[in-house]
Amino acid sequence: MRVKEKHVNALVIIGLIALPLFALISDEPFTITLATRAVILALAAVGLNIILGMGGLVSFGHALFFGIGGYTMGILAYHAQTYTTLDLGLFATGGTEFMPVIWVVAMVVSAVLAYLIGLLVLRTSGVYFIMITLAFAQMFYYFAISWAQYGGEDGLSIYVRNDFPGLNTLVPIQFFCICFVILCLVLFLKARLQNSPFGLALNAMRQTATRVETVGLNPMKLKLLAFVISGAITGLAGALFADLNRFVSPTMFSWQLSGELIVLIIIGGVGRLMGPVIGACIFVALEHFLSGLTEFWHIYLGLILLGIVLFARGGVIGLLTGKEGAHV
Amino acid sequence: MSSILVIEQILNGLQFGVMLFLMAAGLTLIFGVMGLINLAHGSLYMIGAFAAAAVAGATGSFFLALVAALVAAAVAGAIVEMVVIRRLYNAAHLDQVLATFALILIFSEGTRWVFGSFPLFLDIPNALSGPVTLPGGIQYPLYRLTLIAIGLAVALGLWLLIERTRIGIQIRAGENDREMIGALGVDISKLYTLVFALGAALAGLAGALVGAIQSVQVGMGEPVLILAFVVIVIGGIGSIRGAFIGALLVGLTDTLGGVFLPEIFKLFMDSGAAQKSGSALASMSIYLLMGMVLIWRPTGLFGARA
Amino acid sequence: MSDPILATRNLKKSFGALIATDDVSIDLKAGEIHAIIGPNGAGKSTLINQICGGLRPDSGSVALLGCDISDYSTGARARAGLGRTFQISELAMEDSVLENAVLGAIGAGAGPWKFWKSALKTQGLTDRAEAALARVGLSDQRDMKVANLSHGQRRQLEVAVSLTLSPKAFIMDEPMAGLGAEGSKTMTGFLDGLRSEAPILLVEHDMDAVFALADRISVLVYGKIIATGRADEIRASKVVREAYLGDAA
Repeated sequence: MRVKEKHVNALVIIGLIALPLFALISDEPFTITLATRAVILALAAVGLNIILGMGGLVSFGHALFFGIGGYTMGILAYHAQTYTTLDLGLFATGGTEFMPVIWVVAMVVSAVLAYLIGLLVLRTSGVYFIMITLAFAQMFYYFAISWAQYGGEDGLSIYVRNDFPGLNTLVPIQFFCICFVILCLVLFLKARLQNSPFGLALNAMRQTATRVETVGLNPMKLKLLAFVISGAITGLAGALFADLNRFVSPTMFSWQLSGELIVLIIIGGVGRLMGPVIGACIFVALEHFLSGLTEFWHIYLGLILLGIVLFARGGVIGLLTGKEGAHV
Repeated sequence: MSSILVIEQILNGLQFGVMLFLMAAGLTLIFGVMGLINLAHGSLYMIGAFAAAAVAGATGSFFLALVAALVAAAVAGAIVEMVVIRRLYNAAHLDQVLATFALILIFSEGTRWVFGSFPLFLDIPNALSGPVTLPGGIQYPLYRLTLIAIGLAVALGLWLLIERTRIGIQIRAGENDREMIGALGVDISKLYTLVFALGAALAGLAGALVGAIQSVQVGMGEPVLILAFVVIVIGGIGSIRGAFIGALLVGLTDTLGGVFLPEIFKLFMDSGAAQKSGSALASMSIYLLMGMVLIWRPTGLFGARA
Repeated sequence: MSDPILATRNLKKSFGALIATDDVSIDLKAGEIHAIIGPNGAGKSTLINQICGGLRPDSGSVALLGCDISDYSTGARARAGLGRTFQISELAMEDSVLENAVLGAIGAGAGPWKFWKSALKTQGLTDRAEAALARVGLSDQRDMKVANLSHGQRRQLEVAVSLTLSPKAFIMDEPMAGLGAEGSKTMTGFLDGLRSEAPILLVEHDMDAVFALADRISVLVYGKIIATGRADEIRASKVVREAYLGDAA
């Protein structure tokens, strides 16, 4: 049976709305939290997919931006909750518990870092790029561990979830709605981006940088902007993730997380708009059910992944639609 | 700061460096010959350490433990190569990353399944325990000194293997032109399995040797793997010589940075703050080193020019 | 004589002991096709790469419209007016024919820093792209994936993408390669008409096409230009015969 990709997409969105609603009616708040987790991981992977799927650059260090988003939230909220000042040299602030501000700061900080790191790592490509992005994320991981002021290795707990005007963010379904709306918004923007002149040029750059140069464009600038956008979105996801758990720790920077973000994309299908979303849903579901069955669920996850890499190259969307490795 | 401390730290850095070299040599060889990025190399390090700990526990012989580490890692490497890796040689880097990431999950959880979550301990053999006195009156642990010697000996052995033997010629030919060595009648798939097993054995040896001064536990391989990546990025992917220089640079930077940066910071900060910022910067120092090398040479010190 | 559109002065490039380009000075005048011929390994591709920015010469310079572009990147040279086609097609294989042409239009027009409106629904871009496709006869294939095009059609698309740039000078690396008799004839006819728009520096192995098209021919041997002249002069040249056929001739 062959299904159209847009039908799969619609089904996923409907499912993502229906499941938490159903959980709300049947009073299972944990299911809502799981769905929120899937939505946030999807958002992070949508960000990664801009540089990985469209740009063809395998960033194995995107946990860096996820962690930066998380720590931005953690630090701002920590100072706001403890009524201490955050002295940034140029100016001092009392922190904030206001979500929109936290999101903007998380995105800006991630974007600036992505720009600076991008200037260096984008000089390389292929395996070098994979290893260097991994190394940079690891550098931040160790930095976070040694940063005693914000919890060091133990991380930093934020006791109350941050505020959003008009909503009680501590109610699971309301926080889910915030995350879900953000995901939909970002997906919409990503769809526009994909078809825009920038998206077309980036897409061509992945296939042949020489051609892109020969028509007068600068591949480095294309890659750099893609990396910045990619980092900002993943940073935003990190801020939301920290708010979901009300906790940030160095593990948000870990290489396992970078690997998992790639895994999400591959499960869903590289270069497809909804690939990360489907991947995140499947990943969270697997994590939940397999870890209920066995303590060693990572073995099965590993086997499933191997199976996907060796036998199902287009991811789940590819299996359903019968098209391998399509690039949108 | 006494000169004895400095020499001690330099020796520590060397010891760390040569152990990194054992990891990095296999990685860079596998990449150079087969064009494969192998994230599961850290798992082979872990397998070596566990095999050594298990055999040492059963027999009490450190020598047998080392043999077990070499054999276990080489066999695991050969099996993995034949079952999975072989299908990835012509695949995209992304597929290689994923498949070998999957292998890490399988190996780590499998090891946890068999050995449990608690760390094992591998004791330093009696003959090698305790300090020796070096010229100049420096007391230094004999075992660490032995590690430096083993590391240097392996480096020399690898160099001889690659420069002076028939297999070495085939390996070098494989780096330059894969079709050619096939046309010359070399059994490529056998050569690849052999190279992979050799790299695995080196990783396993490193795991066992380091396992005796640290604890043997699941997840011990990945931090070392990432450092080994930094090493071969600095040295230039595919270059054994680069891996050697890179490993020593990283080993020394990491060790000396951790000790001396806080001291240097104390010169212009109060002691507590200096300790904090110094150690934070020390943990980042090797990545800063990598960054500087890459600005200077994007393909590493001894890498092929892009 | 008018000023040349494109000129190289004393270009030199060596790889180790091998001198790939030895003091090459050539020019391209308005309205002409200047062909560069020479045996395999003579350094034709190396020369083109230095003109287009892919390789840095050891010494010497390249000027376009009297302006020194030696320090320009490949992209900047394209923006300055060099339209290049490749010997082996450099096209986005997963994309459609139209998308490849639109890429050229993006480069020629406002650039890639537009993020909202769909490129394929931006009339300024598609008009330019479709006009170029129509000229090379690829209009019917506009929605096909490049991967599904025939070899000849890819060569046509290469030329179409360079047309979208409205360059001041074309640099074409073997546009006839692998085209077959019929295809070569069509391409020859097309290039013949193109020279009035912008001059063409043509590297080509198909001697029939070269002698039919070229206003001037330069012969490159071991990195050195050994002769430049009209087709009949080159045919009659003793140096050229020696270079091609050996001393015995």
